[in-house]
Amino acid sequence: MTGLAPELTFAHRHLLGIEGLSPDEITLLLDRAETYVAQNRLADKKKAVLVGRTIINLFFESSTRTRTSFELAGKRLGGDVINMSVSTSSIKKGETLIDTAMTLNAMHPDVLVVRHPDSGGVKLLSEKVNCAVINGGDGSHEHPTQALLDALTIRRRKGRLAGLRVAICGDVLHSRVARSNIYLLNTMGARIRLIAPRTLIPPAVERMGVEVFNDMKEGLKDCDIVMMLRLQSERMHTNYFPSIREYFHFFGLDYEKLASAKPDALIMHPGPMNRGVEIDSEVADDIGRSAIREQVEMGVAVRMACLEVLALNLPAWVEGAD
Amino acid sequence: MGGAGKPGAPPASVAYVNARLLDPASGLDVQVDARGGLLTDGEIISDVGAGLFSDGAPDGVQVVDCGGHCLAPGLVDMRAQLREPGEEHKETLASAGRSATAGGISTMVCLPNTDPVLDDMSVVEFIARRARKVGLTKVHPYGAVTKGLKGEEMAELGMLAESGAVAFTDGDRAVANARVMSKALSYAGTFNLLIIQHPEEPSLAGMGSMNSGETATRLGLTGIPREAEIIIVERDIRLAEMTRGRLHFAHLSTAAAIEAVRKAKARGLSITCDTAPPYFALNETAVGDYRTFTKLSPPLRAESDRQAVVDGLGDGAIDAIASDHAPQDEDAKRLPFAQAAFGGIGLETLLCVSLELYHNGHMSLLDVIGRLTHQPAALLDLPAGRLEKGAAADLVVFDPDRGWKVDGDRLLSKSKNTPFDGRPVQGRVLRTVIDGRTVFERQAAGAGT
Repeated sequence: MTGLAPELTFAHRHLLGIEGLSPDEITLLLDRAETYVAQNRLADKKKAVLVGRTIINLFFESSTRTRTSFELAGKRLGGDVINMSVSTSSIKKGETLIDTAMTLNAMHPDVLVVRHPDSGGVKLLSEKVNCAVINGGDGSHEHPTQALLDALTIRRRKGRLAGLRVAICGDVLHSRVARSNIYLLNTMGARIRLIAPRTLIPPAVERMGVEVFNDMKEGLKDCDIVMMLRLQSERMHTNYFPSIREYFHFFGLDYEKLASAKPDALIMHPGPMNRGVEIDSEVADDIGRSAIREQVEMGVAVRMACLEVLALNLPAWVEGAD
Repeated sequence: MGGAGKPGAPPASVAYVNARLLDPASGLDVQVDARGGLLTDGEIISDVGAGLFSDGAPDGVQVVDCGGHCLAPGLVDMRAQLREPGEEHKETLASAGRSATAGGISTMVCLPNTDPVLDDMSVVEFIARRARKVGLTKVHPYGAVTKGLKGEEMAELGMLAESGAVAFTDGDRAVANARVMSKALSYAGTFNLLIIQHPEEPSLAGMGSMNSGETATRLGLTGIPREAEIIIVERDIRLAEMTRGRLHFAHLSTAAAIEAVRKAKARGLSITCDTAPPYFALNETAVGDYRTFTKLSPPLRAESDRQAVVDGLGDGAIDAIASDHAPQDEDAKRLPFAQAAFGGIGLETLLCVSLELYHNGHMSLLDVIGRLTHQPAALLDLPAGRLEKGAAADLVVFDPDRGWKVDGDRLLSKSKNTPFDGRPVQGRVLRTVIDGRTVFERQAAGAGT
């Protein structure tokens, strides 16, 4: 039922993070996703890979694009997709995370896609269920499918990942996107620079294999990829930076700062963007430079690949069902 | 005062001869006669040395005979409250400029505790503009660390620095919250900016009005314990180490705080500090009979602390001496001690009181002048405090031995609250030159003024 080469297997029950994945495993996911990019552009976008399988999108934190992207991915593979969000679930009624997991587990889902505001929340839940779990973002820890879709976007535009110089700019401290990207890009042999005010650089992050810069022009010099992170303006009153105006002046991506990157540098943003805060509107909309819309398209393909690869490892019938 | 030339007109070329040349930055300390000295060309120093005028001064050059007295870089005062804008009845940039030039100060840095606070680019630029118009001592502003000096939200440090703020401090208030302080140190580090802390834990200092101890007890005044200073110094050294930020403590007054800085320096941390003349020249007994002019922040401490300040200056634990000029009008000081305002003026007594360290044999003359010139300039990255070719011709001529008696009423500051009132001192400024122009000249044979 799949086109996977026999030697390329994905020996993980869950996709909780990029950390720990091998270059081959990442390449496998990207290669599979590549085939879905083509399929998603056809009139008939369906492929019967997950027929009969139940996928639950369990989001403890609001999300539009990631949830929609997973929902489309599941449906295009023929699975049954159910969305549960925190406002309609029993979490609000005081149920613990583990109780929620046990309850859902009893309904025999095949894949749970989970987003949780606390780092480690998705892993905790995965330990209590029999199905596969995909991390849709946990706290400031990981967002593996975002890193994969970023990698696919880069690979399609630049033809490779190895050897590229990638700048990740902005609120690295609170960013799960940054952490997953650091793991993935390092695993694939890219060189990573983080650019932010010191208050938004997490302690000892150099140990994760990155170079740290506090100046945009200096950090962007000769970069192939410029990844902007979303700045959460609610952070402003907690003294990470003094004002939006000052932040944009020093760290917002505009043409002047972008000029120190390579002329063909690709601009990326995981969305949703704050125009005029971390990125100048014109730069964001620059069709020649910005891959921001393409990233969204790659998201669906990457999530299809993740669902497919994990579904292969699912047992034919559910454990614990007597 | 004999002003030669007006701001705007290019100053004449001047040969300063017959002087003891003192340049602490280069270690130069040499007595020269009429054949040596220093030559200015317009606003800059064009040459300096012993044999400079061995063939006589160049034609058309004005010659100033320094009478064998000391010729040093103009003093750099890294801490002065100038009260403008907002409290012009206490001091203005013009009155402070007159007082500072009479004190040999060619560059001073003002605190942001004005009204409005210097937490906005427009106010920072206003100070620079006004000071240039006054045309006396050069003034650089500090920017506020937190908006409104409230100790809560960080001010726009990066943009304020671009507007001319040379470093950041909440003035006479401590940044008390540890989280705010650590974020400020960290954020400032982004742009390699210096944070200057007023080290006093406000919750411990409370409503105290003088040093905690026997004198306070006898006078029935609430004390400010030394620990209020020590706790913040020790805490902030930790925070600076954690954040790799650049940190400077203003006006240290206690032995333990100086020792903490000494140890931090030995560990290679980017920590510096200054003190002010009251803390090495006076102790808490100066409060005497409730003399509110001696109510300072931090308070005058015990004799053992005063000695530790002297030692700290001697061994380099303390980097600089600042005037800590804090003008208060009579209404603010003619009050019961507990209600009186903190602060003393210090621009005109900075040099003479500092010279006590030299006269008493604690430091060489060159070292004392170093703490008043190139060392504070280096801390703030100011192009000042050196006698070198190409530098701005900011100079002071002084007689280190001439005695006089401090008389508050005859000082040029608008406020008269000097803690040194009536003190016999040694060391008189004779001439102050800024950008090649003499902006202050003491009338001959004038003891007193």
